[in-house]
Amino acid sequence: MTALELETNPTKMIDARGSFCPGPLMELIRGIREGQVGDILAVISTDNGSKTDIPAWVDKAGHRLVGVFTHEGYDEIVVEKLK
Amino acid sequence: MQNVLVLGGGVGGTLVANLISRKIKKQIDAGEAKVTVVDETGEHLYQPGFMYIAMGNEDPKSLRKPERRLLDDRVDLVIGKITKVDEETSQVELADGTKLDYDELIVSLGSRILPETIEHFEDEAHHFYSEEAAAKLRTALDSFTGGKIVVGIASMPYKCPPAPLEVAFLIEAELRERGLRDKSELHYCSPIARAFTIESVSEMATPELEKKGIELHTFFNVETIDPERKMVQSLEGEELEYDLLVLVPPHKGAQVLMDSGIAPEPGGWLPTDHKTLNVGGREHMWALGDATDLPLSKAGSTAHFEAPVIAERVSARIQGRTPHPKDSIYTGKVMCFFEVGDGKGTLLRFDYENPPKPPKPSRLWHVGKLFFNKTYYRIVPKGRGGTIEKRL
Repeated sequence: MTALELETNPTKMIDARGSFCPGPLMELIRGIREGQVGDILAVISTDNGSKTDIPAWVDKAGHRLVGVFTHEGYDEIVVEKLK
Repeated sequence: MQNVLVLGGGVGGTLVANLISRKIKKQIDAGEAKVTVVDETGEHLYQPGFMYIAMGNEDPKSLRKPERRLLDDRVDLVIGKITKVDEETSQVELADGTKLDYDELIVSLGSRILPETIEHFEDEAHHFYSEEAAAKLRTALDSFTGGKIVVGIASMPYKCPPAPLEVAFLIEAELRERGLRDKSELHYCSPIARAFTIESVSEMATPELEKKGIELHTFFNVETIDPERKMVQSLEGEELEYDLLVLVPPHKGAQVLMDSGIAPEPGGWLPTDHKTLNVGGREHMWALGDATDLPLSKAGSTAHFEAPVIAERVSARIQGRTPHPKDSIYTGKVMCFFEVGDGKGTLLRFDYENPPKPPKPSRLWHVGKLFFNKTYYRIVPKGRGGTIEKRL
């Protein structure tokens, strides 16, 4: 695995590289369940579906999508837990 | 003496032990190698049949067979509860104090259900992942006279991914047959953005749900069950009223593998090489079936197609030869039938590279599934399944 260079400084990083859909989303959901309101969670995913599935889930679940950042070989999807 | 130790007497463990014993029979007969299966109960269960206890009047007795009868005579069977896998000493410890040495360890301990991890699950929700639960669901369906039925998935991953959709379809068909459809609402809850993890299967299933009037709720991750208001609530903030609640319970890997430091928390799935089925870079440890962390269906079919790969690799090592390239790489092959109700079904056949292209639902695949269920014990655990698969 390559070293990670992130755009953000999250409270928690979820390294889901190598995991396929719905793995990264399920990892984020676990992070949200275990985290505190205000936490920033960054999901690192190599699965293309995460870029669409995670923002759609964040919208439905009422959290905030901080951003989706594309790096070489992986995406960084950053979410703030709002409730 | 080379000791091949197989943990678990389910489809994967039984089949891999039988295949290895056939490949290395000369070494076994010469006393140079030994194949042993360790199983907690000594009873083999055909788990896909549980759904048919709830939905198809399956006789539970037909789903059980003594493990000894399924194993080749050259395979030893030890019945006992595994309490530790000790990598330092290459030993597996049992609850009665027995220690079994291994040179090659094959882990096929499956997954376990944990309904108790969601409050009120056991009192309020039905499922079909054990004989008892499936019988209880059948009783609840028999006394159902109309109302709201919610079918969903508490968390992922879980065994037999098509099963909850199949149950929704079969319940819907049953309600129509019993004249209760007009008095009933059916809801299907999926934790992800679509009805099924694999897009092509979703594309087949979603119009079927619409056609049958089953309302699909996506991104519904079960959070709480409110028994007083008869509501199931999602993490995403949705809630659904139910008269009958059917939920796939949370699943995890074997506790003993987590306790032994081999399978990581929280899921307990073994980090498994996609092609060689080697566990976490451990040269002499292998995994198959539900126990792995592979991005594939947790299904008997997966174990069925993984077993020959491990059998070839382990046998080659014992015989001091190079594994045959064609037989020693797992391609992610899975094949399973999928019921859509009204006596129709389809077939999901796929691998790592090729997603399934389910054929139009027809009676053929429904009958195929029933035929497979009835012939499982004669063909699969003993390694005679290849010929059937080639005909499909």
